[in-house]
Amino acid sequence: MQSVAELARAEASQRGAEAITVIRLRVGSLAGVDPEALRFAAEVVLAGGLTAGARLEIEPVPARAWCLPCTALFSLEQGLCRCPRCGTVSADLRQGRELVLASLELRLPAPAEPGGDGPVGWP
Amino acid sequence: MCLDCACGRPDQGPERLKPLHRHPATATEQPAPIAPVAMKPSAPAGPAVATGPLQSLSVGLRLLAHNDRQAEANRARFAAAGVKVVNILSAPGSGKTALLEALARHAAAAAQPLAMAVLVGDLATELDAERLRAAGLPAIPITTGQACHLEAAMVARGVDALEAAGHGLAGLDLLLIENVGNLVCPAAYDLGEDLRLVLLAVSEGEDKPLKYPATFHGADGVVISKSDLAEAVDFAREQALANIQAVAPAARVLEVSARSGAGIEGLLQLLR
Repeated sequence: MQSVAELARAEASQRGAEAITVIRLRVGSLAGVDPEALRFAAEVVLAGGLTAGARLEIEPVPARAWCLPCTALFSLEQGLCRCPRCGTVSADLRQGRELVLASLELRLPAPAEPGGDGPVGWP
Repeated sequence: MCLDCACGRPDQGPERLKPLHRHPATATEQPAPIAPVAMKPSAPAGPAVATGPLQSLSVGLRLLAHNDRQAEANRARFAAAGVKVVNILSAPGSGKTALLEALARHAAAAAQPLAMAVLVGDLATELDAERLRAAGLPAIPITTGQACHLEAAMVARGVDALEAAGHGLAGLDLLLIENVGNLVCPAAYDLGEDLRLVLLAVSEGEDKPLKYPATFHGADGVVISKSDLAEAVDFAREQALANIQAVAPAARVLEVSARSGAGIEGLLQLLR
């Protein structure tokens, strides 16, 4: 979770952002990480700097493996690598180990002229 | 508390353990409309200040990229030295240290010599490293403090310490890494190993692989340890093997007893 804060702050400061409002992660069900624990740690590690007040959103990525006889993907229920259609056990995991900083919502500095024609021209 | 995964967190009561935010699953697909009030928990004090424009930024960075880079550097270093490296994971008390002691005894008695050393991860104390040294193995303790797992950078420093103690990697056949006793977080961290073993003691019960599928799925080999106790603890062997097969179909399975020595020879063969 510390790496989330570090990566997010680095990306945001590169863009000249003044705050990060949302941090989105993609977490695979076989990544070895508990989303609830991540949320708990987030409270501590996001507390300062550009990440202060940022909201953490976690998109769970279900584990999926390829079934050769069915020539189709199946979702691993509770981590079981057994195809629910035909019962074949597959070691060919195609997704589910992801642990990725997917995207950020940033707030950029306000325009230099307060009260100028800012929002008027917006779509 | 480990700030990587919040494990070992103090019990804060049910209120504290609630997720901080809940959002519909679709919220991550389409960025939700921005509500300035909700977005500004850290707004500076004073009258309402015009907020700047908002920007969505697609990032797509692996969170453990830094660890993965160090793991690759470790792997290159190990390959250059010609040493095989094994990362050993299990719950606390599954018999990792006893297994290493048994491996040392059998290797010492083998016709074909095998130069081994151990890096031992633990939150605190150097007790395991002392046990292993007593068994004749060069052992470097890695005390992680708050962290519940070993990371590639800690292993690199451990190897430096091993070499500084006169046990150069090039003189080793096998480097064993005893990870911190924990069946959750160590699974996410590549250390640069060639082989990942997960131990399952018969006393832990045959359901353990189903309870920790992520860790077992990542194993190259599953070692059923304390097999001498199987009868005493009513270990359902067939069920355990089926459970391992269900969550870790690619893993080799070995049954060993550090106490009786059963299966240790087979494990040594696998590690050579």
